Amino acid sequence: MSSVAAEYLPILIFLGIAVALSCVFVGLPVLVSNLTGTNQPYDAKLAEYECGFPAFEDARRQFDVRFYLVAILFIIFDLEVAFLFPWAVSLGATGVFGWTSMMIFLGILTIGFIYEWKKGALEWE
Amino acid sequence: MQPIAESIGIAAPELVLATGAMVLLMLGVFRGNRSLHGLTYGGVIIYAIAGFALLGDAQSELAFDGLYIADDFSAYLKVLIFAAAAICSIIALPYLVRARSDKFEYPVLIMLGALGMSMMVSANDLLSLYIGLELQSLAAYVLAAFHRNEASSSEAGLKYFVLGALASGILLYGVSLVYGFTGTTDFRLLQVAVTETPAVGTVIGLVFILAGLAFKVSAVPFHMWTPDVYQGAPTPVAAFFASAPKAAAMGLLVRVCMDAFGGMMSEWQQIIAFMAIASMVLGAVGAIGQRSIKRLLAYSSINNIGFALIGLAAASELGISGVLFYMAIYLPMTIGAFLVVLSLRGADGRPLDTMNSLKGLSKTRPGLAIALLIFMFSLAGIPPLFGFWPKFAVFNAAIDAEMYVLAVIGVVTSVVGAFYYLRIIKLAYFDEPEGTVLPQESRVNGALLAGIAVFCSPLGLFLMGPITVAAARAARAMLTF
Repeated sequence: MSSVAAEYLPILIFLGIAVALSCVFVGLPVLVSNLTGTNQPYDAKLAEYECGFPAFEDARRQFDVRFYLVAILFIIFDLEVAFLFPWAVSLGATGVFGWTSMMIFLGILTIGFIYEWKKGALEWE
Repeated sequence: MQPIAESIGIAAPELVLATGAMVLLMLGVFRGNRSLHGLTYGGVIIYAIAGFALLGDAQSELAFDGLYIADDFSAYLKVLIFAAAAICSIIALPYLVRARSDKFEYPVLIMLGALGMSMMVSANDLLSLYIGLELQSLAAYVLAAFHRNEASSSEAGLKYFVLGALASGILLYGVSLVYGFTGTTDFRLLQVAVTETPAVGTVIGLVFILAGLAFKVSAVPFHMWTPDVYQGAPTPVAAFFASAPKAAAMGLLVRVCMDAFGGMMSEWQQIIAFMAIASMVLGAVGAIGQRSIKRLLAYSSINNIGFALIGLAAASELGISGVLFYMAIYLPMTIGAFLVVLSLRGADGRPLDTMNSLKGLSKTRPGLAIALLIFMFSLAGIPPLFGFWPKFAVFNAAIDAEMYVLAVIGVVTSVVGAFYYLRIIKLAYFDEPEGTVLPQESRVNGALLAGIAVFCSPLGLFLMGPITVAAARAARAMLTF
């Protein structure tokens, strides 16, 4: 029984650290803002900053999708890189098969990239 | 591990479609939207090549270490899917041009959807099932919102996406439960595992998987998206949604139930029987008050899925061949009915969708009215027309399996459903015309409409022999392998 419990020790430590860290992350700004007096809000301080949209407004208005487009395109290539790391490490074990599979995957991704480039999704203005 | 070349040879139809879709996309993006017509007919050629790749030795084969299966069952459904996808990309052309939505992505998206469906009917593992389902769904979400400047189309796309993503999540949760309790996702191993070590968790997983799949075939109680999406989406897209994905999801449902969970028949049989009854009743009653033809056809598709599910509920070879036969006749009937809606244009050239626009169609557009008459009588299941026989086949299977209550409810709802089909015919033949309906603008669409109408008419009965033989062989191949 005790050996089973010992196996879970790392996760217990992890949870302890996670709780402690998150308490610090939440507590520290509250403490600092109380000490420096920035806890007194006024209009400009409360104005929008996230993606540049007013926080309280009718949801059915037109907005610029450029931020989202860039974010989505970033995620695709970000994930691709995350996928490439384990592939590169295990390439010795997977061999030609692994290499070919990844090249096909990258080829498909490149087709998507050509499409978005030609459609002008990468141009800001 | 299975040699990769062998697997690729077995999965040739999917390979053709995947490569074809990417080639079309590249051609389109470099040549612009004026290439829409060229890409559409190029797509039809690719479907034909993929169809030819289905030919070959008829025995069942596994590929990719059991993730993929090619047998008569998948080949039968793939023929239906490819044909429906080809027709749905052709019939959209005049509509897209007129609505100024003539973007080259349309045939590419349909082809990617068809690739996903083809993967669905060939799935032999819960994970390849999910991959196919998602590929099909993602293409469908974009297609639903294809008129992106129109509020109704965007709304349809958003609704479909949110509910579809939820359904996929439910399905995936079910898959994880089944994997957790049986230790496998392979259909063949699952079949053994659920018989040898039955667990409550597996049943819960099965329920979640069935709920997710019921959403995709729009069976009650997971049908709520259907009328809104069909009404809001562009008409040719609605025709596509009502045809090919239904055949694919139905095939998937049959394979999951009969193959993977064959050992838990008594568990899923009740669920399927309930969904069949609920779909038939709601589809028949819900359609009565509708003013929009597309909404009415959406309820009609829910109703028809209910009938097809009777065959699955019977859980016999007769029942499965009944489901396959049903899908082969249901697809042309529903595409034909949507083609009639596509052909309705008011005096200003805009598409018509209200029931009242059908008034006096026999005087303004006699040819179209005859086609409408054939499709409606066929959907209602009036004997000399083709639509009667698939219903007969599934009722026969239910009687054979001693599910008399199911068969009786089926017949009763069929009579209720006949009311609204006949009301459409009454509007077209016995009422005075209101406003004008412009003539058919595309010869290709007219020819397709005439061809499908002939297929659904008593003349189509000449094809009944080959179709029933193929359906019976497909059902046997799936059950015995």
